[in-house]
Amino acid sequence: MNWLSEWGLDLAQTFSRCFIEDDRYKLLLKGIGVTVEISLLSVILGLIIGFVIAICSLSNNKFLNAIGKVYTDVIRGTPSVTQLMIIYFVVFATVNLPKWIIASIAFGINSGAYVSEIIRAGILSIDKGQTEAGRSLGLNASQTMFNIVVPQAVKNIFPALCNEFITLIKETAIVGYVGLVDIQKAGDFIKSNTFEAFMPLIMTAVIYFVMIKILTIALDRFEKWLRKSEKR
Amino acid sequence: MIKVNDLHKSFEDVEVLKGITEEIDEGEVVVIIGPSGSGKSTFLRCLNLLEKPEKGEIYIDGEMINAPKVDVNRIRQKMGMVFQHFNLFPHLTVRENITLAPVKLKKMSKEEADAKADELLKMVDLVEKADSYPSQLSGGQKQRIAIARSLAMEPEIMLFDEPTSALDPEMVGEVLDVMKNLAKSGMTMVVVTHEMGFAKEVGTRLLFIDEGKVLEQGNPKDVFANPKEERTKVFFSKVL
Repeated sequence: MNWLSEWGLDLAQTFSRCFIEDDRYKLLLKGIGVTVEISLLSVILGLIIGFVIAICSLSNNKFLNAIGKVYTDVIRGTPSVTQLMIIYFVVFATVNLPKWIIASIAFGINSGAYVSEIIRAGILSIDKGQTEAGRSLGLNASQTMFNIVVPQAVKNIFPALCNEFITLIKETAIVGYVGLVDIQKAGDFIKSNTFEAFMPLIMTAVIYFVMIKILTIALDRFEKWLRKSEKR
Repeated sequence: MIKVNDLHKSFEDVEVLKGITEEIDEGEVVVIIGPSGSGKSTFLRCLNLLEKPEKGEIYIDGEMINAPKVDVNRIRQKMGMVFQHFNLFPHLTVRENITLAPVKLKKMSKEEADAKADELLKMVDLVEKADSYPSQLSGGQKQRIAIARSLAMEPEIMLFDEPTSALDPEMVGEVLDVMKNLAKSGMTMVVVTHEMGFAKEVGTRLLFIDEGKVLEQGNPKDVFANPKEERTKVFFSKVL
């Protein structure tokens, strides 16, 4: 059993060299902060943009329809790395904003296209009779939308939205391209400083996994709460 | 109270209403019958502009409501509508279904609306369901709640679009009872229905609509006893 304890010792040494020496764990902690910041802001922006684009696509106005169509076409038809770099190095090249905010805007714009399709499908899934009932009571179009249609649509599209959020969080691992140090980039730094590949990369994966697992549990709870009106 | 002049409505290239001119007075209970596809529901839905007619005028209390720039939402607050498929809001409790519109439209405070909801629930005999969700109710209960929800806005006119057609037979009676009481209280009602018994008992006037026109009308008992038009006779021979 000697080899086992040797292997264990070796692992512990590598671990210490990768994360304890030179306080490298701090790099990862900062990385987590950056990933969380960017994820939060881009999810919010994605939801707002997605809702606006969905309303455009659903409106009776041909011009707004066209905007919605072009937006989703362009965003879905180009890689997110390319979009991120265009936003960062071209669109916001001369604007003095913190890097992470610019990156979040890029991810929000990207996510908005996918979210808009989810929201559009959700709104279309609500029976027309619901809108008619609201309107016949005298509520106007937006009162009907926000009090009657959207709350029901949210329930239907919640799983799809969660999927999109999770994809988005993992997508942020490309922010290293514009010089931000998130979890992925922090792991990458440790890899090049220590010449160890296994430990930092596995750690990067574990951190993402744990973050998303926690989020999934929270979202599942929230969905149960949303569905409380379905009890019989 | 309601005045309709030469109303036309088409869907795509199918003309559903081919010129209806009609007047409905306060306190009348007008029952509309006719074969399916005759335009009776479309006519009813034009009255609160859920369908926009292409031609003709609709006046409510003397105001032309399908004129441009008229605030449709304000007009609709005067008219309650009850649908074949109830259309209760499934994400809200029974009480919230009833209070949503009066509170959002600033017609009542939350407390006033709750009190009004209790009163209406008593009227439709469903007080114990106030905190239930629609999915927990039977069809007949849902439709009674839908009627209560419309009444919460204190409308002058109630429109019923085949209110009992989606119900199991044993639940039809409880909904008709609520409607009868409403009629007795003097509410102006326009009812599209296949319930000939209700038409005979409660209706003050019957309109027989066929192919987008009012073919025959009169006191329900007279029309049932002596239909004048051949088409009406054929229809009655099938349904009575």
